Amino acid sequence: MKLITAVVKPHRLDEIKEALQAFGVHGLTVTEASGYGRQRGHTEVYRGAEYTVDLVPKIRIEVLAEDDDAEQLIDVIVKAARTGKIGDGKVWSLPVETAVRVRTGERGPDAL
Amino acid sequence: MNGTDTGFVLISAALVMVMTPGLALFYGGMVRAKSVLNMLMMSFISLGIVSILWVLFGYSLAFSGDVGHFIGNFDAIGLKGIDFTSTVDSFVTNAKGEPHKIAAFSFILFQMLFAVITPALMSGALADRVKFSAWMVFVALWVTLAYFPVAHWVWAPGGWLFDMGVIDFAGGTAVHINAGIGALAAVLVVGKRIGFKKDPMRPHSLPLVLIGTALLWFGWFGFNAGSWLGVDGTTARMALNTQIATAAAIIGWLIYERIRHGAFTTLGACSGAVAGLVAITPSGGHVNAFGAILIGVVAGVVCSWAVSLKYKLGYDDSLDVVGVHLVGGVIGTLMVGFLATEAGGWDQFGKQATGAFSVMGYTFVVTWIIAFAIQKTIGFRASEEDEVTGVDQTQHAETAYDFSSAAGSHISSGVTSPVAAATQSKKVEA
Repeated sequence: MKLITAVVKPHRLDEIKEALQAFGVHGLTVTEASGYGRQRGHTEVYRGAEYTVDLVPKIRIEVLAEDDDAEQLIDVIVKAARTGKIGDGKVWSLPVETAVRVRTGERGPDAL
Repeated sequence: MNGTDTGFVLISAALVMVMTPGLALFYGGMVRAKSVLNMLMMSFISLGIVSILWVLFGYSLAFSGDVGHFIGNFDAIGLKGIDFTSTVDSFVTNAKGEPHKIAAFSFILFQMLFAVITPALMSGALADRVKFSAWMVFVALWVTLAYFPVAHWVWAPGGWLFDMGVIDFAGGTAVHINAGIGALAAVLVVGKRIGFKKDPMRPHSLPLVLIGTALLWFGWFGFNAGSWLGVDGTTARMALNTQIATAAAIIGWLIYERIRHGAFTTLGACSGAVAGLVAITPSGGHVNAFGAILIGVVAGVVCSWAVSLKYKLGYDDSLDVVGVHLVGGVIGTLMVGFLATEAGGWDQFGKQATGAFSVMGYTFVVTWIIAFAIQKTIGFRASEEDEVTGVDQTQHAETAYDFSSAAGSHISSGVTSPVAAATQSKKVEA
């Protein structure tokens, strides 16, 4: 199994969710995050005082996938998240040792 | 006694009362989330403290008789000798030129609320960093030693600026210049916030700032028009000019800001409105509509420039009390010297300048001494740790926004419910 993590622009969340549902993903976790990449932050001015806001709001999406589906799933997320402008975010995957469905105790791919 | 005039002054008093909580919100939105309650309370407490001091001796010192053209006497201590038949002269006159009479109690209430908001105006300069107990002492001493005398100078027959003929329709000198210069002196004693010019100190809620601005603007009709203490054409002109100058100042501030900094900001619009309200306060009853527009635009542009002075000069007037109230008050007070429809000219301008600068000199010295004395005795400033943690928690034992239990979880906030606490204490007793 793989854990796929995507940190993307908040307004792409609905597109990504729909694309994942269409692909057949049954569950995901979304958290609000903040950070910066090459895009860096932005500048705000209050009564003439300039503030550089380093960290910009992002959405972190986490999905567990079977090994065979992982690469395809990443493509689905990337396609749905892309606007072509700087600051679109990143997607990565990590190996997962085990997963358990709490209600039934099922383990491994059955728990997904 | 004129019922219409008395009724109008009572309604105006209620409008002025709303300005103090309005000011609290205006300032509260501009600070960081960790000190918003303290900011609100610094204004709100003035309603408590100053109302009482006004009745005990403030009214007497400001408006009862005259001692040496400097201050009132003690004849009306605790409102002694004033009852429901007592009257005060309105500025409205009848056909024979005699002033209308209004109930003394209505005048006392109206002026009480002026005394309440004036020290509250200074609180914005000291945001995030003072002990609340010290602030309460400061408010009590400041109204007694700075506000009551200056109100007497400007508004009471016998007061030296009143007798000289200085125009201060509704408090440009006694309220705004007074509070603005007091704020500067207090800031110089108390010092900068930790992280001034280094850490980001963004306003945490501009919607709160806008609500506060709206309440101030609404109440300011009572503040300005009510100062005529009755109803006639001058009252209506004052109300109309209040609207005109405020509108012009919003435009003035925003245009300057767009050119200098690239955007029309919400904070700029709100600040412009307050600058316009301040500048029209001393002048609005004595200028025509174009005078009001001119005063508003100048106040908007100049105050928008003046708020950045603190970074150049290095004093931390946190929410720009000096840049908006002192500068705006001086603009209105000086401009009416030329623009006054009846008396305008060099002669009047000289009187206006004398009024503005004598109040600045007197109040700066008095405020500096009060603040210094507090600093050296009970301590004015919160400890470094308390300031960094946030004065809401450390001065008031409260938090403004409970984000931690947004999902209904009690784990993250660790809150012990009052019921649970009560049960525990019963167990101990048993």
